[in-house]
Amino acid sequence: MGKGKRKVPGLNQSSTADISFILLIFFLVTTSMDTDSGLPRRLPEWNPDEIEQEMKIKERNVMTVQVNKNNEIHVKNGVVNRVIDISELKDIAKEFIDNPNNDDKLPVKEDYDIEGYGVVVTTVKHVISLQTDRTTNYEVYFQVQHELSKAYSELRDAWSKKTFGRSYGQLDDKTEQPIVRGMYSNKISEAEPKQYGTAQ
Amino acid sequence: MSKFRSNGKREMPELNTSSLPDLIFTVLFFFMMVTSMRDVEVKVQVKTPTGGSEIEKLERKSLVSHIYIGPPAKQYRATYGTAPQIQLNEYFAEPEAIREFVIAERESMYEKDKPLMKMSLKIDQGVQMGIVTDVKQELRKAKALNIVYSAAKDKKE
Repeated sequence: MGKGKRKVPGLNQSSTADISFILLIFFLVTTSMDTDSGLPRRLPEWNPDEIEQEMKIKERNVMTVQVNKNNEIHVKNGVVNRVIDISELKDIAKEFIDNPNNDDKLPVKEDYDIEGYGVVVTTVKHVISLQTDRTTNYEVYFQVQHELSKAYSELRDAWSKKTFGRSYGQLDDKTEQPIVRGMYSNKISEAEPKQYGTAQ
Repeated sequence: MSKFRSNGKREMPELNTSSLPDLIFTVLFFFMMVTSMRDVEVKVQVKTPTGGSEIEKLERKSLVSHIYIGPPAKQYRATYGTAPQIQLNEYFAEPEAIREFVIAERESMYEKDKPLMKMSLKIDQGVQMGIVTDVKQELRKAKALNIVYSAAKDKKE
């Protein structure tokens, strides 16, 4: 009353930074960026007549991978015909896709014109047929897909290093990667599920 | 030399920190905008498999739609049992509903993004292939051909 003017003291704001820091850290911790990752695949187009077409493929060009209801992996191609362990699958697949020794039981190697590169000799017509039972475990199926995928990318990597001097990942994704993909193109076909017993 | 060192004693001026809160608020708001709180409640238990070198990160989340397959979470078991269910958006659905789901998802996208649509299949490890195959067949019929088997990348590899 008596003193007349009195100044309102300024609020001490030095702790605002700390408060907002705490908020920031809270948000950083609670929100998950939810980075989704996975194995990309492309499904074949829906086409009811395609079952007949598959019959025309030569036997040596086909590798069948069956995963039965007991989750055993049975591989059949010109060379291998037995139940295998998942760890063997990649190398069997690589040998099948690449046919390095030009084995006449493995897929035919023929001239194939890659756009933007030229003619290469490769197993264009090979097919890996992946068959599962309705009761096959998804985890096993996924691992099989993953191993087959790995077989392709290791072959691509090797060829890419030989041809371009760099690994596949470092190539230009518009021009060079399609060439390498043309050399080893992904030919995994998934048949409709059937009922299989245990593999022989 | 002494030209630059004029008076011996000179105090370091104190840094002005009055704008620090604003700065941090800006960062805070950025994070609040960018991070989306998970918009769907996942009603199934999904533990996706782990893979190695072939696992790729999904970029551009706006292109991705999710399909969850797995056994219902505990609180839904009484009503739905323990057999694996397909979850689209918020609801459990039959495989036949996928086509409509795909159409709806496709409608919500920009025209130029439509061919790039990806379906992320979040499937529990323990699920049997039957239901997965049904879903895949429906996706083929719906012409949603780009799929991703959702999986975590194993840190060891």
